[in-house]
Amino acid sequence: MEQFDKKVIRKFDTKVQYLKYKVLREVARHAWNDTLLENVMNIPQAIVPGKESTMRCCVYKERAILGERVKVAMGQDVSGHNIIQVIDIACDECPAAGYSVTDSCRGCLAHRCEDVCPRGAISFDHNHVAHIDKSKCIECGKCAEVCPYSAIVNRKRPCQIACKVKAIDINTDGAAAINDEKCTSCGACVYRCPFGAIADKSYILDVIDLIKGSENNKNYKVYAVVAPSISGQFSYAKLGQVIKGLKELGFHTVVEAALGADLVAMSEAKELTEKGFLTSSCCPAFVSYINSEFPDLAEHISHNLSPMVEISKYIKKTDPTAKAVFIGPCTAKKAEAQLEKAKPYVDAVLTFEELQALFDSRKIEITSLDEDVLDNASYYGRIFARSGGLSDAVVQALKEQGLEDFPLKAVACNGIEECRIALLKKRKGVLDANFIEGMACLGGCIGGAGSLTHGPKNKAGVDKYGKEAFEKSISDAISVLK
Amino acid sequence: MKITVCIGSSCHIKGSRQVVSQLQELISQNNLGDKVDLGGTFCMGQCQKSVCVTVDGTFHSVSPETVTEFFNENVLSKV
Repeated sequence: MEQFDKKVIRKFDTKVQYLKYKVLREVARHAWNDTLLENVMNIPQAIVPGKESTMRCCVYKERAILGERVKVAMGQDVSGHNIIQVIDIACDECPAAGYSVTDSCRGCLAHRCEDVCPRGAISFDHNHVAHIDKSKCIECGKCAEVCPYSAIVNRKRPCQIACKVKAIDINTDGAAAINDEKCTSCGACVYRCPFGAIADKSYILDVIDLIKGSENNKNYKVYAVVAPSISGQFSYAKLGQVIKGLKELGFHTVVEAALGADLVAMSEAKELTEKGFLTSSCCPAFVSYINSEFPDLAEHISHNLSPMVEISKYIKKTDPTAKAVFIGPCTAKKAEAQLEKAKPYVDAVLTFEELQALFDSRKIEITSLDEDVLDNASYYGRIFARSGGLSDAVVQALKEQGLEDFPLKAVACNGIEECRIALLKKRKGVLDANFIEGMACLGGCIGGAGSLTHGPKNKAGVDKYGKEAFEKSISDAISVLK
Repeated sequence: MKITVCIGSSCHIKGSRQVVSQLQELISQNNLGDKVDLGGTFCMGQCQKSVCVTVDGTFHSVSPETVTEFFNENVLSKV
């Protein structure tokens, strides 16, 4: 087991992901064997056996937290009804005091901190040591920038730093609390919390039930719809082996969500020429952000379904009893799948992290499998996975539909902060663009919280995967769908 | 008559798009548009053969080179 664990841990960025994976793997293993009910209480002890603590103050706290992780892995709520759940007892209640002066302050003469502070919030005690008046401080950080001793630090919680939409508050007990009205379910906090205290609810049990209920795809067929960002994932194996692995797990076949993206590119380009201004609708966190923070601009959201929903809808048109499981890097897709417009088409959503756990729960070592093929979409559908790809696809779709006279001016917003700036400009009437491509995660989908790894190679990986597509034009890729 | 062409990955690489477009053309040339329903599906589980096609549920393996022959034998003569 120890040897196995060492091999597996390299597949993740952090040990928090690895811990989450171990819980998912155990839950899945018991679910396949129909032994989950009688073993659910034993999983924490199976993961942390013995008397020595490995992560926390004592082994009992570790197991108590693992018990909560098991619930989240089983799709249960431990706080509120959001996809993104806070495990209260796992939250370390990190200091959240904002800018503070540390004991590195030497009480110098220059007092650059005082000079630069726009609110006069800095004063000095009898030892000439600086102090910040919290009632005046606006957290601009200028004092920290100018201190020659780096004596001023920003004590902000990693979850709050990660959450650019400011959806994380602190509850009366000091633990993180998510404001569901503002939360876009992007999962940035999940990936960034160093204690793993925030987690995305998992639907692996639903997927296992779907696969088992199909009885080898006899009763109905279960389709895996995979996001193009898969190209940079499972880097220890070949993509063809991942596809084979999905079939070994019990999926009837694997279809590229990128083919849905090809459909979206075509209709979004057309919609843009008709309306004159549009914001993209494929990133569910971006759409949710507009609806909650910029409701006045919601009328401009493209009416297209997302690539995930579009292709699942098509699958169900060709095979009405089909079940569609989306597998991607995204926690917000889990929320999107529950919306009325997606519900009839998407039966469950998994992340790449969860897929790794599913493979290992069945001891499917994908590196030892033959390579299968995955080829449905065009280059353009595939590059949706990275920032700027959707805009490139819309340019191409205008051209392929003879609409190149439309004066497209796209702004590709990389991350929710750039989205916010573009939306603010649009609201004020100063945005020099007629199409906003909004991607909530940095880098686009490849930066998604449900990815196994987040690396600089991922973007190049998506472009390479795009170029390998059998079909070079969007029209050719979607011509089989008519 | 219902013709279903596999548009899954394996068949796609073997030319299912060409098979679909040739069939569309043959159907319209022979004015069979209202008699033949042409559709797609993802994977028929026979990936080792040429492009998978079913005619009212009967399985055929077709390649872009044999579409016309397939059409004459299995569609035109039976519709």
